[in-house]
Amino acid sequence: MSTTPAAVEPDQPAQAPWWQRFVGGSSAPIGLILIGLIVVFSVLEYENFVSVSNGRNITTDAAVLLVLAVGSTFVIVTAGIDLSVGSVLVFAGVAAAKAMEQVGGESVGTLLVGLVAALASGLAWGVLNGFLIAKAKIPALIVTLGSLGMALGAALLITGGVDQRDVPFKLVETVGSGRLFGELPYLVLIAFAVALAGGILLAATRFGRYTYAIGSNEEGARRAGVAVDRHLIKVYALSGTLAGLAGYLSLARFATTTIGGHSTDNLQAIAAIVIGGTSLFGGVGTMLGTVFGVFIPAVLQNGFVIVGLQPFWQQVAVGAVLIIAVYLDQLRRRSNYQR
Amino acid sequence: MSASGRTPLLEARSIVKSFGKVQALRGADFTVLPNEVVALVGDNGAGKSTLVKTLAGVHQADGGEILFEGRPVTIASPLDARALGIETVYQDLALAAELDPASNLFLGREILRAGPLGRLGFLDKRAMRRQSDEAFERLSVAIQDVGAPVATMSGGQRQGIAVSRAVMWASKVVFMDEPTAALGVVQTRNVLDLIGRVKGQGLSVVLISHNMPEVLEVADRVEVLRLGERVAQFERGDVSMEDIVGAMTGALQRKDGT
Repeated sequence: MSTTPAAVEPDQPAQAPWWQRFVGGSSAPIGLILIGLIVVFSVLEYENFVSVSNGRNITTDAAVLLVLAVGSTFVIVTAGIDLSVGSVLVFAGVAAAKAMEQVGGESVGTLLVGLVAALASGLAWGVLNGFLIAKAKIPALIVTLGSLGMALGAALLITGGVDQRDVPFKLVETVGSGRLFGELPYLVLIAFAVALAGGILLAATRFGRYTYAIGSNEEGARRAGVAVDRHLIKVYALSGTLAGLAGYLSLARFATTTIGGHSTDNLQAIAAIVIGGTSLFGGVGTMLGTVFGVFIPAVLQNGFVIVGLQPFWQQVAVGAVLIIAVYLDQLRRRSNYQR
Repeated sequence: MSASGRTPLLEARSIVKSFGKVQALRGADFTVLPNEVVALVGDNGAGKSTLVKTLAGVHQADGGEILFEGRPVTIASPLDARALGIETVYQDLALAAELDPASNLFLGREILRAGPLGRLGFLDKRAMRRQSDEAFERLSVAIQDVGAPVATMSGGQRQGIAVSRAVMWASKVVFMDEPTAALGVVQTRNVLDLIGRVKGQGLSVVLISHNMPEVLEVADRVEVLRLGERVAQFERGDVSMEDIVGAMTGALQRKDGT
């Protein structure tokens, strides 16, 4: 606390240059860890780890999770939680598969019908979550735990519990395994485009500003005239819609609805986001951090296999990184509020 | 009519407000004159905060009327109060601790960029930061790093940010609910100076406080609330601490000519 009446130091730059904020931002330490991991695996197994095809493997494996994590980042920045993303992904995949089956054929129109079905069903689950959380004031943990069960149950009801394998080959061939210029997988491009758009939305727009403000002080935001309820509904709707997109991408990649394969997607997404420096208590977080947080488990998984360690070590390592990340967040908060 | 004979800026008449069976305001009157610092004092439970929240649109009165510049008005929400030029510094400040000072000043009233980017919701952070710097400078609020989260700042700085926000948007009245309650000596001094500067900008300040020396120092007038009613109005100069405390506790009889 300065007691001098001088208001602002005039020679102080209004804002640090972008690269300084980039290097010094909250996502920097986790970015260094990611780079460190890549360096270690490169040194240990240069031939096998450092290759275009291996890079493609890692990013392709992480693409669907990244799309989920982008939506969940918004939710967690509001100090909320969305446990339903994995189930909504499954439901959206089933909805898309059924819709495309109904229309039939391999045309672009058919694929678009599937996309619309996936996005719309994701949006619907998201709006339901948001409405119950913002208007009915039921805790997000409970609402999304409920919709986790409901969405998965509904998907099983629709399919009779059997994976839908009748997916247009055109979808698998293009979105699922196609590459731009024969090199860049469309799946990866889509995931990074979503992350980039989400990052801009969070950092540069009023939507993002309200997301941070609500996570930081919900009542304060309300008194400042922010339509908090409406914004929360939008945030959960966004998370649901991106889970719907993730369901479509997953369908394209695996050519089946993979109903049983997403029961821990929600926890993987949350772990990635928290590792990336986003606080579970809200108000703090970056999309770049989330991208790093998604790739740390992915690189560990891939690296352990390549260096010949049991891949099960990945789960141990990710768990440890998660706990350390939250501990660092707690330290930061304590030192901030000590004054 | 008020004690000094000027047309009041804001006048509450016979405000009644109950919470369940508890009657917090029992026909309370309150007057704010143009460009003055008026202290609203009273013992715990006298209804000060309820009265202010009613005038700020947080609560709706059960009865009575509110006049603004002589016209009857309805203040049904904080947005109504805002439209009249009334802003409130809440006791808990209502700041978003993880955001920087500029973001807090413009929370809910962000400046968007010109052109198509603005229509997409892109913020003009530079303009908001510049105007925030100007607001802090006008009120001599010392913020070393305007890009740091409010959480990293001292209690006095946070108070300064909350007051700057209210002053920036208020065109008529700023309510301050116990602005010095949580502050140390030096920081209290700064806030009291701040109140003087707000008045210097042509606004009226309603100061709610328990601290009598503080009230006597900065207030032009003092209105005393007791058990949900106004029991006394004092002008600066003809009032002692004993008078105020007497009115607060009921030891002194009504002294306002009503």
